[in-house]
Amino acid sequence: MAKPEHEMTWRDLNVGYVVDEPGNARIYRTGDWRSQRPIYNPERCIRCGICYIYCPDMAIRILADGSIEHDLYYCKGCGICAEECPTGAITLVDEEE
Amino acid sequence: MAKRVGMEVSIAAAEAVKQANTDIVAAYPITPQTHIVEHLSELVNNGELDAEFIPVESEHSAMSVCAGGAAVGARTFTCTSSQGLILMSEIVYAASSLRLPMLMILANRSLNSPLSIWNDHSDVMAIRDCGWIQVFADNGQEVYDHVFVGYRVAEDRNVLTPFIVNLDGFILTHVIEPIEMIEQEVVDRYLPPYQPLHRLHPDRPVTMGCFGPPILFTEAKKAQDEAMNKTMPHILQAWQEFGDLTGRYYHPVETHETEGAKIIVVTQGALGETASVGIEHMREHNEAVGLVKIRLWRPFPFDEFRKAVKGAELVVVMDRAISYGGPGGPLAGEVRAALYPEESHPRVVNFIIGLGGRDVSPGDFVEMIQQAKVKPGEWYEIHGVRE
Amino acid sequence: MDRYLDRLNVYASRLVSQKEYFVPGHRACQGCAEALALRLVAKALGRNNVIACATGCMEIVSSPLPLTSWEVPWIHVAFDNTAAVASGIEAGLKVLMRKGRIPKQRINVMGMAGDGGTSDIGLQALSGALERGHNMIYVCFDNEAYMNTGIQRSSSTPFGASTTTSPAGTVVPGQTTWKKNMPEIAAAHNIPYVATACASYPFDLMEKVKKASDIEGPAYIHILSVCPTGWRIPPQSAIHAGRLAVETGFFPLYEVEKGKYRLSVDLPTLRPIEEYLKIQGRFRHLTAEMIDEIQQRVHEEYRKLQKKVEMTNQG
Repeated sequence: MAKPEHEMTWRDLNVGYVVDEPGNARIYRTGDWRSQRPIYNPERCIRCGICYIYCPDMAIRILADGSIEHDLYYCKGCGICAEECPTGAITLVDEEE
Repeated sequence: MAKRVGMEVSIAAAEAVKQANTDIVAAYPITPQTHIVEHLSELVNNGELDAEFIPVESEHSAMSVCAGGAAVGARTFTCTSSQGLILMSEIVYAASSLRLPMLMILANRSLNSPLSIWNDHSDVMAIRDCGWIQVFADNGQEVYDHVFVGYRVAEDRNVLTPFIVNLDGFILTHVIEPIEMIEQEVVDRYLPPYQPLHRLHPDRPVTMGCFGPPILFTEAKKAQDEAMNKTMPHILQAWQEFGDLTGRYYHPVETHETEGAKIIVVTQGALGETASVGIEHMREHNEAVGLVKIRLWRPFPFDEFRKAVKGAELVVVMDRAISYGGPGGPLAGEVRAALYPEESHPRVVNFIIGLGGRDVSPGDFVEMIQQAKVKPGEWYEIHGVRE
Repeated sequence: MDRYLDRLNVYASRLVSQKEYFVPGHRACQGCAEALALRLVAKALGRNNVIACATGCMEIVSSPLPLTSWEVPWIHVAFDNTAAVASGIEAGLKVLMRKGRIPKQRINVMGMAGDGGTSDIGLQALSGALERGHNMIYVCFDNEAYMNTGIQRSSSTPFGASTTTSPAGTVVPGQTTWKKNMPEIAAAHNIPYVATACASYPFDLMEKVKKASDIEGPAYIHILSVCPTGWRIPPQSAIHAGRLAVETGFFPLYEVEKGKYRLSVDLPTLRPIEEYLKIQGRFRHLTAEMIDEIQQRVHEEYRKLQKKVEMTNQG
């Protein structure tokens, strides 16, 4: 998306305000919403992928070796991954500032 | 050679939809539009029209099916009247703001209450501001012709706005009129297959119908407004090309004996033809009366209208709907708005006629014109009501 | 016909494609299990999918002009007409392919709406579409109230729940009617496939959605969507709450395939309903009497369901 919303003019809209950039919502940093952030302990992780499948914000990536990585750009700190992890490999701590 | 046949106007309308090779027909039966839907279902079931006939469970779904179909690039058709129109009105507004081309035939019928299956314009006047292009057909030929013009204009890349063809219920839908059928190859030349600008297809995913936050909503509406204001040249072009192919040329405003007319009657719809009989009678008695028929209702042809009534001292507007608590009939309101910027303008007198199918004769028109000459300046009068 | 609970398939998550068709940056609440369910449905239906969506939580969070969370074609028209718009999409694609105007290929057509857009304002359009037999999948994301407008009750709100239009007051203690049984209403239309699902059982959900998309004709999937915001539970408990809904028999997971009922997981003993109710703030005010009434009703409905399984699988 080229321009921020408040700079868009009526001419920047497509006919019928159709949005033709699939998935351009990726630009929106939902990570700013967090009040708690997830901490991952790879030693405890059994590479089951349950956290990945249960994340409502698709903010967990499964890496090549099966371990995971949180995408803090999107992570809202809901804590589902920590709650559902069978080995307690994810914990939540308060966000700074 | 074009064929000229006597045909019920509803059947002619359905035949036009068939000739236009419509892809989806989604309509809910309502008097007096039923013959159109019935004939279309026969055409589909007999293999004469290759289309999906969707027997929807309400008019609201009829318009929604058309919206879904148009969004994937199909040529869609619906027809309705009165209550059905108001029921689908929620989606009527969405169709135009989503810029989905489609054709609606509206068999004008009165709105409840009381329930009336008979003809007036209260239904179409209720959706005046909906953002569709709207024309009035005054006879069967015009209905048939405007199915093709309608699709042609609506699907034009420069327009992409849905289109309504109004015809008076019963007065037109149920009468047999002479219709000159256009040869299929001429229709095909005039009306190529629909090529949407945007369509829902996995090969190029788009999102249609986002919600509009305040920061962008005004811009979205401005875009729609600009689009409507730019449609006129393309409508005129479509009419010009239609005329070149068939010999029948249409205009936003049709004038009849307005040269030197001091009194001009303004009508919309089939009653215009009845008015012209009354006006002929008055002209035979050396009265300088003329007739202006508004064919293009939206976008309203302000310039053409002003030109048509130039020189008149009295304009008598015939409305077929009331705006309760407002300045009379909707057509009179637009006429007064059109004339306001002029330095001098004629007196405007407004009659409300033919509500709920009340018959209006040529004699009635003569009577109203005579009354208008001496009427004081009140907003409007309902003609012919028994006091 | 036993099916194992998903928790036993611990490593199946790794087998799921990491491609997302509903992408992050959406504005659902923290812990929204409806967004999770939608993510899984979109995964199961894949690239060749056209979606008609009703006004509601998922529509609002995924389509704030000029942004979209959708990587598949998607349209929103209004609140009450999803099934009709989907019907138009289905009919349009069908006729365009038949007339050779677009290449013939399999394209899933999906209608999605919340419980409001399905069992209340959208019920007529749904019924019409199911009766007409369009080849489409209709998914109801049921978070048991009109959540997007501020947690107002719907006909899917369970008995006793406190919502903003059925508040737990001193005279009337919350919702006084029982949850409308939408899967049964869908099944009564004699469509080829009806299923219930919950995001807490992700593989069951995705398998049902895939199955629905493979079946010719209308399919209806009813997904219980835990809403931490509206149900007043902590966000991290969203999955846990969904599991309890199933394990207490409150929301049984089952399929109706060509009229034959099949339980997705048969639980020989149901957990006490109190375990499900007590973790939710919206049920905080329930008296022991009301809990008892709910318990009896849940058992009765579950028994009826078991009877239907028996009855439709005879002979």
